[in-house]
Amino acid sequence: MGERTLRRLLRERFFCIGLAIIGLVVLCALLAPLLAPAGPEVMRLRLRFHAPSAEFLFGTDSFGRDLFARVLYGARLSMWIGLATALVSGAIGTAIGVTAAHYRHADAPLMRVMDGLMAFPAILLAIGVSAALGARTSSVIVALTVSYIPRTARVIRASAMLIRQLEFIEAAITCGAGSLRIMFRHIVPNCLGPLLVQLSFTFAYAILAEAALSFVGVGPPPPAPTWGNIVAEGRDYAVTAWWIMLFPGLAISLAVLGMNMLGDGLRDVLDPRLRIEG
Amino acid sequence: MADAPRWRALGPVAIRMLQAVPILLVVAIVTFMLLHLLPGDPAAVIAGDQAPPEAIDRIRRQLGLDRPLPEQLLQWLWNLARGDFGRSLILNQPVLSAVAERLPVTLSLAVLSLLITLPIGIVFGILSAYYRNTWIDTVVMLLALVGVSLPSFWIAILSVLLFSVTLGWLPTGGYVPLAAGFAPWLRALVQPAVVLALFQLGYLARMTRSAMLEVLNREFVRTARAKGLGEWAAVTRHAFRNALIPVVTVTGIILSLLIGGSIIVEQVFSLPGIGRLVVQGILLRDYPLVQGTMLLLGFAFVFLNLLVDVVFALVDPRLRRG
Repeated sequence: MGERTLRRLLRERFFCIGLAIIGLVVLCALLAPLLAPAGPEVMRLRLRFHAPSAEFLFGTDSFGRDLFARVLYGARLSMWIGLATALVSGAIGTAIGVTAAHYRHADAPLMRVMDGLMAFPAILLAIGVSAALGARTSSVIVALTVSYIPRTARVIRASAMLIRQLEFIEAAITCGAGSLRIMFRHIVPNCLGPLLVQLSFTFAYAILAEAALSFVGVGPPPPAPTWGNIVAEGRDYAVTAWWIMLFPGLAISLAVLGMNMLGDGLRDVLDPRLRIEG
Repeated sequence: MADAPRWRALGPVAIRMLQAVPILLVVAIVTFMLLHLLPGDPAAVIAGDQAPPEAIDRIRRQLGLDRPLPEQLLQWLWNLARGDFGRSLILNQPVLSAVAERLPVTLSLAVLSLLITLPIGIVFGILSAYYRNTWIDTVVMLLALVGVSLPSFWIAILSVLLFSVTLGWLPTGGYVPLAAGFAPWLRALVQPAVVLALFQLGYLARMTRSAMLEVLNREFVRTARAKGLGEWAAVTRHAFRNALIPVVTVTGIILSLLIGGSIIVEQVFSLPGIGRLVVQGILLRDYPLVQGTMLLLGFAFVFLNLLVDVVFALVDPRLRRG
């Protein structure tokens, strides 16, 4: 990504707002131990259902735990799950996509397997895999990765197919470059634009899906302060202690919105023709 | 060649139908593997912590887990070929009938949600593309972005707080079958359907906008304008009909999002649909139920996509050339 691309990106309004939001969320995640030194799991049974105040910015929950701390620590989990899902599904999806585009006889079998995985709604496949592997952070990452690999593979395959027909690939073949070198040295670097766009949307969907998984009860189990868990815990008290479910929900919306804006800006600059893939 | 009969277009459809066979096989194998991903002995996991050895043995035999893996897979595929999608352990009934019982709920929710999504999403997308780079475009696209960013379960709770608890206009949850009357059915479902529609709405508006942008500057739209056709007619009749093609292709994705979203929304509104069935199955460790339901949903989705392709082939005149 050259300096010109960067300058064009910074002219995109949505991209800059998204970058600022994600920067804020990442900062909160990193500084959580400083901003909330007591941590997310300290119970104060005499201070249950404390409304938001100067002492407890977001109030306290049914165990008297500080919701500000829980939401901050939740940011750590969400960002980690989003990043890991985006990177792992990005790497595997890229490898599959470029292989399918390069080896013609591998194309049909690989893509049919991808189609088969795509036949399940992403959230359903993630719920199933996560439930089978046991409710843990790592299972959630595996589950979401499996759900998003086919989508990345499709995007990469499509752009790799186009790049393959360009002359410099033929030149490289004439110069005696091997398949692996063609694939990873010549094709993949030229797919980085669409890949980056796809990764930012995967990141956004992963945050949203993780929250949904936690909410349904197949995410990292309580008392883990995931945003979905906090909303689920606050649901029963929504009428009397609205703050319990309000703030984690806002955090999810803000983080996902930021990531989506980032992705939109990237798409407009890096690949004007690329459309959003589910 | 414009008079070539419509069925000519079905050539590519036949190919897609053949392609669907390996996809169905993959769906079947993925759901088969789900049970075998369970850490340790699946039978012990399903039976629970304090189960006596006899109970574990019974489950093992019941599910055929005592036989070698390839044999289990073949048995699984053979059962599917005979229309046997497994048997729920908790409900003590075939998965197929358990799903069929809950189908009307999920179907009602999905159809209602789709009826909200399609017109609004498409109109928003057209408006945004037509007034591109004006404040209208910015506002519509911002709304669409917010739509795809809000967690549905959270919006659902907020919505219940406002419309059911505070204003008292709508029930907080529960399902009323269509047979009990249209108005009660609609009252029960309108809130979950709108919540569910938000995500698809944002998605469809964004898709329609980019499809329209590609078409609006094309020559035939300019010709339509030049020959004195009204602006509205040029945009809707000429531009939109062409933009419709990429929009129809995402119908499959929208259906998938809809089914996925309804799993979550059904939880909040206590709708006894397929989504609740799956989640209950997971929480009660009724893995055959989860497997069978996932399989049925996967199959349904492959067939729906096939249907979209067939309709698509019949509608698009360019695919009709022999």
